[in-house]
Amino acid sequence: MSGTKRETGFTFTIDGVEVKATAGMTIMEAADEAGVYIPRLCDHEGLRHQGSCRVCTVKAGGRSVAACTQPAAPGQSVENETPHLTKMRRDLVEMLFHEGNHLCPICEASGNCELQAMAYRLDMTEATRFPYLEPCRSLDASHPDIALDTNRCISCGRCIRASQDVDGKGVFGYVGRGIHRRVAVNGENLADTDAEATDHAISREVCPVGCIIRKRVGFAVPIGEREFDHGLIGHEIEEKRK
Amino acid sequence: MDNGYTAANGKRGPSCDVSPVPDGEIEDICSTYGNDKHRMLDILREVQDRYRCIAPATMDRIAAATDLTRIEVEGVASFYSFLSLTPKGRVTIRLCDDIVDRYAGVADVVSVFEEVLGVSLGETTADGAFSLEYTPCIGMCDQAPAAMVNDVVLTKLTPESARQAAEALKAGQTPEMIVSNRFDELSPRERVLAMVDNNTRHAGEVLLGPVPEEAGLTNALKMTPAQIFTTIEDSGLRGCGGAGFTTGRKWRFAASERAEKHFVICNADEGEPGTFKDRVLLTERPHLLIEGMTIAARAAGAREGILYLRGEYAYMRAYLEQVLEERRRRNLLGEAILGQKNFSFDIRIQMGAGAYVCGEEGALISSCEGLPGEPKTRPPFPVNRGYLGYPTVVNNVETFCHAARILDRGAAWFNAMGMEGSHGTKLFSVCGDCLNPGIYELPYGHTVRELLAMVGGLEAAAVQIGGPSGVMIGRDSFHRRLTFDDLATGGAIIVFSGERNILEIVDYYMSFFVHESCGYCTPCRVGNVFLQKAIGKFRSGHANPEDIEYLKDLSATIIETSRCGLGMTSPNPILSTLLNFPLVYSATSRPSKDGIRDTFDIQSAIDSARKIAKRRSYIFDKDFTQ
Ligand SMILES: Cc1cc2nc3c(=O)[nH]c(=O)nc-3n(C[C@H](O)[C@H](O)[C@H](O)COP(=O)(O)O)c2cc1C
Ligand code: SF4
Ligand code: SF4
Ligand code: SF4
Ligand code: FES
Ligand code: FES
Repeated sequence: MSGTKRETGFTFTIDGVEVKATAGMTIMEAADEAGVYIPRLCDHEGLRHQGSCRVCTVKAGGRSVAACTQPAAPGQSVENETPHLTKMRRDLVEMLFHEGNHLCPICEASGNCELQAMAYRLDMTEATRFPYLEPCRSLDASHPDIALDTNRCISCGRCIRASQDVDGKGVFGYVGRGIHRRVAVNGENLADTDAEATDHAISREVCPVGCIIRKRVGFAVPIGEREFDHGLIGHEIEEKRK
Repeated sequence: MDNGYTAANGKRGPSCDVSPVPDGEIEDICSTYGNDKHRMLDILREVQDRYRCIAPATMDRIAAATDLTRIEVEGVASFYSFLSLTPKGRVTIRLCDDIVDRYAGVADVVSVFEEVLGVSLGETTADGAFSLEYTPCIGMCDQAPAAMVNDVVLTKLTPESARQAAEALKAGQTPEMIVSNRFDELSPRERVLAMVDNNTRHAGEVLLGPVPEEAGLTNALKMTPAQIFTTIEDSGLRGCGGAGFTTGRKWRFAASERAEKHFVICNADEGEPGTFKDRVLLTERPHLLIEGMTIAARAAGAREGILYLRGEYAYMRAYLEQVLEERRRRNLLGEAILGQKNFSFDIRIQMGAGAYVCGEEGALISSCEGLPGEPKTRPPFPVNRGYLGYPTVVNNVETFCHAARILDRGAAWFNAMGMEGSHGTKLFSVCGDCLNPGIYELPYGHTVRELLAMVGGLEAAAVQIGGPSGVMIGRDSFHRRLTFDDLATGGAIIVFSGERNILEIVDYYMSFFVHESCGYCTPCRVGNVFLQKAIGKFRSGHANPEDIEYLKDLSATIIETSRCGLGMTSPNPILSTLLNFPLVYSATSRPSKDGIRDTFDIQSAIDSARKIAKRRSYIFDKDFTQ
């Protein structure tokens, strides 16, 4: 808040690795700079932290907290990739799968999808125990250049923040509460909003799954060249440390 | 048909989709609140009351007036249960569907309303006269079954009294006329007492016994803020809203935060099912409450305060407004309180609109700011950055009342009552299967058995302590004590006799959390749905022994990863009954013959497709004929 705050540096550890931080940094920000990857879905570079998916849950000083919103503290020891936390994260990712309708083999996002990639990283290889909620959400294809299919939406809110904060628009927002909470648009449908295919919110990097579809450019990337064909999600961050 | 009911503001509300709202009216409502987006909940409540729905075109106009986008307005309008995007009846009847009301016979009451008014539960009559719906606990648990009819509260309903009420409404009488045919002539306080009995069964020394007027405030005005914190700290007072944080320290933290403004907020959301103690304090000790808030303002350096009153308590709003007005007249609120030139403080009432999560302090602040009732990311904590970013003290109604009494009688007096770590008295709101439901003010430290003896509930087989987010205990735990360190409770004590079905109670509580989760974070939004479905398997006899492990495992994930106290406590009904009533689960689960856990029911999954394809199954469709 105050501009007079001194940039005091300190260190803490994540799974034994010493990490540098300055006052006000979140655990995740410090980890990213140090080349330690903490799994995440709702957090995204350049956007406000939301802290809603909980996939980034870490243990800091014995307490479970969201690494994307929790300020780093000097000398603290943080647990990240422990079997226990990986299990928690896998449960959360499975919940997101079961909350929506996901059929990867026919999905445009397959191979570029962060949810799918996270499932691989967290070793979600066994049959899940959860029931399927099988929601029935309608497709919005009203816009000439963009389609919105929220059947795969994981409520990460990245489109909402990107539109508000980067595009200065507010095309998307949450409506409803609880399990009925979902992403909706600022008007009757997408065509009724000021969304444009060139918006940052519409760009491929913002929606982690395959909800926001740019018409006429689907399935453009061949298998083998898709984002996660090259490595596990998070590998770019981890490579910084090598 | 018009049932002749005219809204309290004198305007007959046209249905929003039948005739559009006349030009300028929405703008007038917005300008009453200074076109301030932070007053969105007030704006939307008023639109809802007047036009009985918040239509898309209306949202566009509200957005334009308050400089928001329509989706932001819709986000608020679609969050709260008492706001509606589709037209509601001119009279909306909301019956409490809590397990306590079910056991008290609410189903028969519903049938009467359905029959007389010609409306099914969850629907609105075609003529727009009536809506009938269920709502969670409305804080009338000691006089269940209970209902809200618009803002009017009806209690102790029977099929007969429901029939009278429904027929009167159908004949065009107002809800107020059901309460009394001379309702208009009653004072605000008389109106409140005509609707609801307070059932004070045991008055203790601190709150419900005789209380001298303004004695605490008079003393506080002679003290420095530091002396006030120290007194409250020394008394050992801890928050009465559930979390039990040390009140004196909270005030000290807020005061030590340098900021242009500070705020004091009273949490009168009282949404935990089975809790109705604040209802009684708000009607029996409103001056003591405001006195306590004024003392907190003095200590924390606040000029403005908010009393957040749950939507269900709208029936007492006029009375509380009158109390505030009286205090302004007596110079107990407003500029230069009691002649102290540098001490000014005033309070506004913020009405809620049907959302349990708004009792969580961050969500409470969001709601006061005109946002959906979502908890805030912590840190920062409210004492550092709360309402509109300013340091804010949030306390429960009972906590403020205690604080005022401590300033009158001194820290040692309060500290001597109760037990180590749990000082003073506590209001317990007792309901369910007992002879004398109501309010008991007792020092901390009584055993559950002692309390049961007082309330005429020694036959109890199970007691829910602290509402759904608390724990359910059985007879073998009735020796345990009501303290912060043993059995903590915000006040709710729900008594169940041996005839009650524990799984039915747990199922209801899980449905409550599913309904009340704000939906912000994954584990609470999705995980609670899974937990409720799993309990359904036990109830229907489809559970396997492994499902017991599944319940524990999923609960652990939800508790550990949830973002606020709602998700961190929502598995408690399951975990506490697994611990204290394990036989209930083992008796209702058995290994399946094929060793496969039936989480996936293929028949129900393909049911709609089979119907469309007109393919009936010889095996699965009992009504199958060739
Ligand atoms: C889901 C949830 C609901 C809550 N509801 C209430 C409530 O209705 N009233 C209340 O005073 N505190 C409630 N609390 C506790 C508040 O967050 C907060 O701790 C309390 O208002 C602080 O006041 P106190 O210290 O005086 O108890 C709730 C907490 C949670 C997590
Ligand atoms: S959005 Fe991702 S996880 Fe979902 S179906 Fe598509 S590829 Fe699979
Ligand atoms: S549409 Fe995509 S970006 Fe937007 S909330 Fe859903 S998953 Fe996230
Ligand atoms: S725990 Fe539940 S109520 Fe709390 S933020 Fe998460 S979804 Fe909302
Ligand atoms: S990345 Fe931290 S909660 Fe989603
Ligand atoms: S009013 Fe029905 S349980 Fe509280």
